[in-house]
Amino acid sequence: MEAVVFVFSLIDCCVLIFLSVYFIITLSDLECDYINARACCSKLNKWVIPELVGHTVVTALMLISLHWFIFLLNLPVATWNIYRFITVPSGNMGVFDPTEIHNRGQLKSHMKEAMIKLGFHLLCFFMYLYSMILALIND
Amino acid sequence: MSVPAGSPQPAASARSPPQLGGAAALGATAAAPAGPGATPPQQNGPAQNPVPVLPGYGLPSQSYLAPSGAGKMTSLPLGGQCGSYYPGLYAVPSSSVGTPPTANHPGAPQVFGRAAPVPPAMGPTPGSLHGAVPPAPHLHTSASQPYPAFVNHYNSPAMYSASSPVASQGFPSTCGHYVMPAVSNAACASVSYPSLPAGDPYGQHMFTSQNAPAGRPLREPSLSGPKPATSHLSPLPPAPPAPPQQYHQQQSVSGFNTLSWSAAGLPPAQDNLSRNHTGSLVTTNNNPPSTVADSLSCPVVQNAQPPKSSPVVSTAFSGTSSTRTTPPAATHPAEPVASVPQPPELLQQKGMQFGDYVNNRASSAPTPLSSTSDDEEEEEEDEEAGVDSSSTTSSASPMPNSYDALEGGCYPDMLSSSASSPAPDPVPEPDPTPALTTSQSSKIAKPFGYGYPTLQPGYQNATPPLTSGAQPSNTVYPGFQQYAQQYPAVNQLSSSLGGLSLQSSPPPESLRPVNLTQERNILPPTPVWAPVPNLNLDLKKLNCSPDSFRCTLTNIPQTQALLNKAKLPLGLLLHPFRDLTQLPVITSNTIVRCRSCRTYINPFVSFIDQRRWKCNLCYRVNDVPEEFMYNPLTRSYGEPHKRPEVQNATVEFIASSDYMLRPPQPAVYLFVLDVSHNAVEAGYLKILCQSLLENLDKLPGDSRTRIGFITFDSTIHFYNLQEGLSQPQMLIVSDIDDVFLPTPDSLLVNLYESKELIKDLLNALPNMFTNTRETHSALGPALQAAFKLMSPTGGRVSVFQTQLPSLGAGLLQSREDPNQRSSTKVVQHLGPATDFYKKLALDCSGQQTAVDLFLLSSQYSDLASLACMSKYSAGCVYYYPSFHTTHNPSQAEKLQKDLKRYFTRKIGFEAVMRIRCTKGLSMHTFHGNFFVRSTDLLSLANINPDAGFAVQLSIEESLADTSLVCFQTALLYTSSKGERRIRVHTLCLPVVNSLADVYAGADVQAAICLLANMAVDRSISSSLSDARDALVNAVVDSLSAYGSTVPHLQHSGLMAPTSLRLFPLYVLALLKQKAFRTGTSTRLDDRVYAMCQIKCQPLVHLMKMIHPNLYRIDRLTDEGAVHVNDRVVPQPPLQKLSAEKLTREGALLMDCGSVFYIWIGKGCDNNFIEDVLGFPDFASIPQKMSHLPELGTLSSERARSFITWLKENRPLSPILHVVKDESPAKMEFFQHLIEDRTEAALSYYEFLLHIHQQICK
Repeated sequence: MEAVVFVFSLIDCCVLIFLSVYFIITLSDLECDYINARACCSKLNKWVIPELVGHTVVTALMLISLHWFIFLLNLPVATWNIYRFITVPSGNMGVFDPTEIHNRGQLKSHMKEAMIKLGFHLLCFFMYLYSMILALIND
Repeated sequence: MSVPAGSPQPAASARSPPQLGGAAALGATAAAPAGPGATPPQQNGPAQNPVPVLPGYGLPSQSYLAPSGAGKMTSLPLGGQCGSYYPGLYAVPSSSVGTPPTANHPGAPQVFGRAAPVPPAMGPTPGSLHGAVPPAPHLHTSASQPYPAFVNHYNSPAMYSASSPVASQGFPSTCGHYVMPAVSNAACASVSYPSLPAGDPYGQHMFTSQNAPAGRPLREPSLSGPKPATSHLSPLPPAPPAPPQQYHQQQSVSGFNTLSWSAAGLPPAQDNLSRNHTGSLVTTNNNPPSTVADSLSCPVVQNAQPPKSSPVVSTAFSGTSSTRTTPPAATHPAEPVASVPQPPELLQQKGMQFGDYVNNRASSAPTPLSSTSDDEEEEEEDEEAGVDSSSTTSSASPMPNSYDALEGGCYPDMLSSSASSPAPDPVPEPDPTPALTTSQSSKIAKPFGYGYPTLQPGYQNATPPLTSGAQPSNTVYPGFQQYAQQYPAVNQLSSSLGGLSLQSSPPPESLRPVNLTQERNILPPTPVWAPVPNLNLDLKKLNCSPDSFRCTLTNIPQTQALLNKAKLPLGLLLHPFRDLTQLPVITSNTIVRCRSCRTYINPFVSFIDQRRWKCNLCYRVNDVPEEFMYNPLTRSYGEPHKRPEVQNATVEFIASSDYMLRPPQPAVYLFVLDVSHNAVEAGYLKILCQSLLENLDKLPGDSRTRIGFITFDSTIHFYNLQEGLSQPQMLIVSDIDDVFLPTPDSLLVNLYESKELIKDLLNALPNMFTNTRETHSALGPALQAAFKLMSPTGGRVSVFQTQLPSLGAGLLQSREDPNQRSSTKVVQHLGPATDFYKKLALDCSGQQTAVDLFLLSSQYSDLASLACMSKYSAGCVYYYPSFHTTHNPSQAEKLQKDLKRYFTRKIGFEAVMRIRCTKGLSMHTFHGNFFVRSTDLLSLANINPDAGFAVQLSIEESLADTSLVCFQTALLYTSSKGERRIRVHTLCLPVVNSLADVYAGADVQAAICLLANMAVDRSISSSLSDARDALVNAVVDSLSAYGSTVPHLQHSGLMAPTSLRLFPLYVLALLKQKAFRTGTSTRLDDRVYAMCQIKCQPLVHLMKMIHPNLYRIDRLTDEGAVHVNDRVVPQPPLQKLSAEKLTREGALLMDCGSVFYIWIGKGCDNNFIEDVLGFPDFASIPQKMSHLPELGTLSSERARSFITWLKENRPLSPILHVVKDESPAKMEFFQHLIEDRTEAALSYYEFLLHIHQQICK
């Protein structure tokens, strides 16, 4: 059972890693002026909810399977994701708003955020991998 | 960097531009609906069958759609959902619309037949190109492809090799075309039709040089007929050039155009507010003291200098020394001091020699330039035109282009010779003595500037150390000795222009500490001018006018740390498309730009030798293209530093086809009019139609100009105005959920071909809806329709809305709680409620369409949401609260005047603006109406002369290795005549490394405007109280930071440097401004509108809005009056905005930018009331009075000429209110008295104490 949980988490984590990389690539495309802000933001906004759901599911799964440490590790990031999604002003076109992304260093902070998440997911990846192997051996 | 390629059309650019161009042009002519949902093919098919149409405007849409079976339009037989409504209103043949002579007879059956002929093949083509645009992100990604293409094109070295640019652009050998048709864009600020003269003078060139791109034929008619050169001179006459004899002589002899001197001398010195558009020369006018400060030190430095560089220099200077004594400032009439007599013969001689040199050059030059011989005749004409129109400024004194030499040896890639010279002392002296450094720079620069014009190859090789470019000419080439001596002489002249200085005391006036709490009259009696950057005189002269381009700190701090310490905002305020009275327009095949950062060549670049120039933004060394070597003004070869691009900080280029992604679009105007009951009741239609009828011929545009109308209530009405119809036909689309265009063409029609129909429609419109009972407003769908209609071409959409949109997409709910209007706590709903309008604006922006919003509402209309449609599409917002034609005549009059300006002002289409700044600085936030497409590129679908922008800057890298930083904005736009033009402004500022200097250079007005912009952002993203706190903190922080720099200051009071002495006052004014005030009842829409204004007004207008000017006008005298166009304009002193100035006996005029108040005291002299107002006594003055009668009395004349003069200086004609002391309207007036205490806000003195308290804490 435990192995199944971690296998699922592992897969989910891979998806999240890919998403983070995708975010980084797209944002840096925007930074280098390869795509325009409108295109960039509509691309990214599409993936905000999948990312949020994916991460929340893992977090919930950890809570259910009573892996407290991993749950607590995931909790801040999941909270941040939800908070960020909820606090989008009604007039904005999503977490990434093309009219504001070039203002007040937003692009940089988005980039930083994506980088941090990538690091976090990588960490989680190895943790899940380890736990999965451990669980498989125990089985 | 990519070329600021104009039309961003992503899909379009994904294809090969020429192809697209063709398609777009076809689409334009066919007016094919390229919008995504329009599905032209299907519609066209069935539409082939002529469909019977009922008489009148009520079109049976059902029958129209039936064949197609698409069911897009809800079937509308007369008895349908709107049946009871439409037949009654519209189906009556000629009663509702019947007013026009071409009566309203059923001529309609052909309508759809007309629609049919749209070439069926045409439909799909534009559709495939444009249709996919908005929803397809992958197309956007590919949008970047053309950019690199352009870049490559440009970057390929071949382009810059001597002759290839000509060939590679496919232009016939007209490369010598360098013309100064000049001035053409000139427009007096208040003159209504600025763009008329534009573009004419270069007609010839356009024909010769720009035939290459296909798809142009449409433009040509517009280009015909060069304008008589005399028209260019028109701005000049009123000015009696101050010291005529000197510079005229010089002009006559020196062989190149010095007319600019007269331009500079043109305005009487006091007049600079209105006249100082003359470009770079302006700065000297503005701030005599600091010019003066520089100059005294000049001679000293000059004397010190020669020994430093090299022995040879002394010989070079020996020539100089003879002329050094000449008081050169005499040539600069703008300087009040210019009266020093200059020995005429001396100048004459100089000029002769100079001319001599030029001639030598011309004759002896090897002239590799092919064009000189080819197009001799034509060019001569052009030059004449150029000289006559004289938009070039200041070619009289040669330019020190190499101030760069000061930059502390940061030329890694310079000439080897530069390396050999042991970095000629250029260590940028910190600024206690900035004058010293700068004058040194000029010193160094000058000889250098003259050294290179030689053509002899050996000469270049011999070029020794940078500092002494002139020296080899003395020694090595004796033949050139003569001119080598002349040049320094002239030089000397210009450098010692500053020699008239009075004092050079190290602590400048702007640093003098002022005790704010003790200084009772902080407001100066004269208007506050922009501080002049502390540059050397030549650079100062060349620098961009502060009206166009201003920085909050005229001394840029060296590092971000220093900036943080100063606690002042760093940013730029731009007014790029301002109406200019003088503007050099340059037609040139190659627009010289830096190859790495794409900066346009400008007065602040340095020429390393005659073949290379160093970019002042990225420091890359570039080649000077062959064409640039020829100076048409002097008709000489090898003087790139005298080209107008290098002599003017503001220039305009006629761009070649490289700067187009499609053929320049025609001017297209679409009016989207609310005709619901509310709108009809308000009665704006009559004013609008009347105004449009009057100005129909003055709409900027060429023969391709197109115009269209859409009206809407709960349905959308289109108007078929196709030429040949006997009357306009109304097509009604009632399916607002899925809007489509009823007929693909003939909704936007050529203005000239269908003029009669348009006039008929405009005459009929105001009466067409008089009986309407429809209260709903489907604004969103109407906008979608407008977008579809405009997307093939782009252009301007003017939306008139009178209420909350209540139907279809984009409907809004009332969010305002009237009880919260005077809340001191939270002001909610400052941001948009929906992203519909934002998305629409971005779509529009992508298709080069701008949406201008006129909101004429009597109640809450959620401007915060609606304004988004203009904000992101680079439109503008006009708001007329409680508008009603009869109940509120002053608003009606305002609308009328605003519309006049709106219709006739200059307009630029499909524009982009790029702002570049010196390496080390970076921009991080932009304010204004536009869409930021990439980090430094603003996409402006339209640009108008009343739009201002602000940019916040940060210092990324230390600027220690440079002494000057430059900012350049390039605005690429399509003029209404269908020309692609680039307007370039360049601003140059010194870098300082001490906190005191940063304060000395602070520009308080610019800072306050930037802070206001930031505060608007803050109040929307965070909260109003946050923004208010931030404003107060800005003052507290900066003043306390200043206090800490001046240790010996007694802390008895609140100290501020003179440059910032108005800072607390202005911040208090901001806090009491409608946008930010709390406690006073403010309607949400009013507040939001004030915020919109702050964001998009240029600085001059914004300052009046923030801090109005108050004058006492009952005792106007001619003392200190200025003369403008034979009128004497009195100049009363400014009064502070406090009730203490409102004496019972007085009459005061308050200038709030968009509105004037004349306050009449109870005890006001009856003579004044009778002479000026035309009433016998105070009691008989009516409550509502908005005009001053034209009376023959002296005081009336004075008052009127003063008010007219004030009005002349702004685009929107303000309305005038006469406010009696007792009238209820006086509250309006009193709320602007910001120094007084109100129930909710502090008085100025209390505010100072509050700040002081905060600082001491």
